[in-house]
Amino acid sequence: MIMIFGIPGPLLFGQLLLGLINGAFYAMLSLGLAVIFGMLNIINFAHGALFMMGAFCSWMLLNYLGIGYFPALILAPLIIGAFGIVLEKTLISRLYKLDHLYGLLLTFGLALVIEGLFRNAYGSSGLPYRIPQVLTGATDLGFMFMPNYRGWVVLCAAVVCFATWAIIEKTSLGATLRAATENAPLVQAFGVNVPRLITLTYGGGIALAAFAGVLAAPIYSVNPNMGTNFINTVFAVVVIGGMGSILGSIVTGFALGVVEGLTKVFYPQASATVVFVVMVIILLTRPRGLFGKAA
Amino acid sequence: MLEIKGLNAWYGESHILHGVDFNVQEGEVVTLLGRNGAGKTTTMKSIMGLVGRREGSVKFRGQELADKMPNQIARAGIAFCPEERGIFGSLSVTENLMLPPIVAPGGLTVDEIYAMFPNLKERARTAHGTRLSGGEQQMLAIGRILRTGAKMLLLDEPTEGLAPVIVQQIGRTIREIKKRGFTVLLVEQNFRFAATVADRHYVMEHGKVVDMIPNRELEANMGKLHDYLGV
Repeated sequence: MIMIFGIPGPLLFGQLLLGLINGAFYAMLSLGLAVIFGMLNIINFAHGALFMMGAFCSWMLLNYLGIGYFPALILAPLIIGAFGIVLEKTLISRLYKLDHLYGLLLTFGLALVIEGLFRNAYGSSGLPYRIPQVLTGATDLGFMFMPNYRGWVVLCAAVVCFATWAIIEKTSLGATLRAATENAPLVQAFGVNVPRLITLTYGGGIALAAFAGVLAAPIYSVNPNMGTNFINTVFAVVVIGGMGSILGSIVTGFALGVVEGLTKVFYPQASATVVFVVMVIILLTRPRGLFGKAA
Repeated sequence: MLEIKGLNAWYGESHILHGVDFNVQEGEVVTLLGRNGAGKTTTMKSIMGLVGRREGSVKFRGQELADKMPNQIARAGIAFCPEERGIFGSLSVTENLMLPPIVAPGGLTVDEIYAMFPNLKERARTAHGTRLSGGEQQMLAIGRILRTGAKMLLLDEPTEGLAPVIVQQIGRTIREIKKRGFTVLLVEQNFRFAATVADRHYVMEHGKVVDMIPNRELEANMGKLHDYLGV
């Protein structure tokens, strides 16, 4: 067996892969948070709950309507994204003129209510969601066995993150978004319907969270707390990457997942806290985050 | 083309405009002159719907705009170039130029805009619009609204803080776009510059229009103007 730093190779690579998977979820979730924060100036604490709703939505589509995994990968983000649009239209849009804190409180409250409702209806022990048949099994990579579904998750996350980055940085829609982030009134005075753009941005960020939720459903059990488990780390990722930075949230998300994975190998006791230790170090040395622009 | 009647505007609690009345005819270049704080910029922002609250009437081609959103006002065919120029640092020069949506046919093409501002063409690949010099940013701010097809332009102090040679270039641009049938409402502190481009001047004081001077009578009214502007 190959040994690396006194650690068996398969163990090391296994943890690296696990880290990469967690990192994929961090990246997708913090990306949505970054887009929403940039455009709406809202710290969306409901993000984890909406991620969880994405997972539940795919479970419901399967168990109530017989709609399988792959259609759910498209449908659940659309359904939950539409739900996000309703939230933005009816509640969040009332807070734009107020302090950040109100948006934070509202979305935090929403998260508690949504999670409470799901706990009431489905309990908190978790519901199983099977890996689709074609993605079961594992592939021998030579140095380790990789479960196919895990590879699929990393691939999907990378594609979605890249696509989101490309839309924002390389298209005219993205240019309008970036401009509205900088100076919304002027962009509106050019003839752009900025309120509608904001609504769609929120819907898009939520759809990303729901997409991540569907990907997560077969890996983690579908349960009302699955969002909360992730979201604490995701907020640390956002702080480390730099508030509102698109590239920052993607790179930091994947990187911190890997850091976490490696810590599990070399010093397991610290694996739950390492992300927060990094956050403290970054806040002390570079308060605007790794990719954040100076205020 | 543009008719303002009894326009009042507020920023929060402070009442800035107290019944502004004036009009701009199609094809004219009209300036708003006045001291700092007279309400010139607020008048422009009120036309665009960018103030907290406004009352009165803003009619453009017979259509009432006072109750419309900024995006609807822009779509009606009015384009705004703000005093601070509003160049976006997170957008490249080209993205800044292409940002305002086309609201009507008949705008200038990108090539025509580059012909008018050759510097912009050289700097088109600049990754951040705010890396341009002040003069280049001003040209970009004017150039990008010429593309949209809006025929009524609101230019807020386009010469502020710029070198004389750039001010001359902006003067040439305003005369050129007037020839092409654009209508311009111009806010200016510098009435010597205003005299080289405008047909008429409105003088504002304390949130009201207090006088109108046709450009050909400017010389005869110099004494009065000096009193108004305190220069």
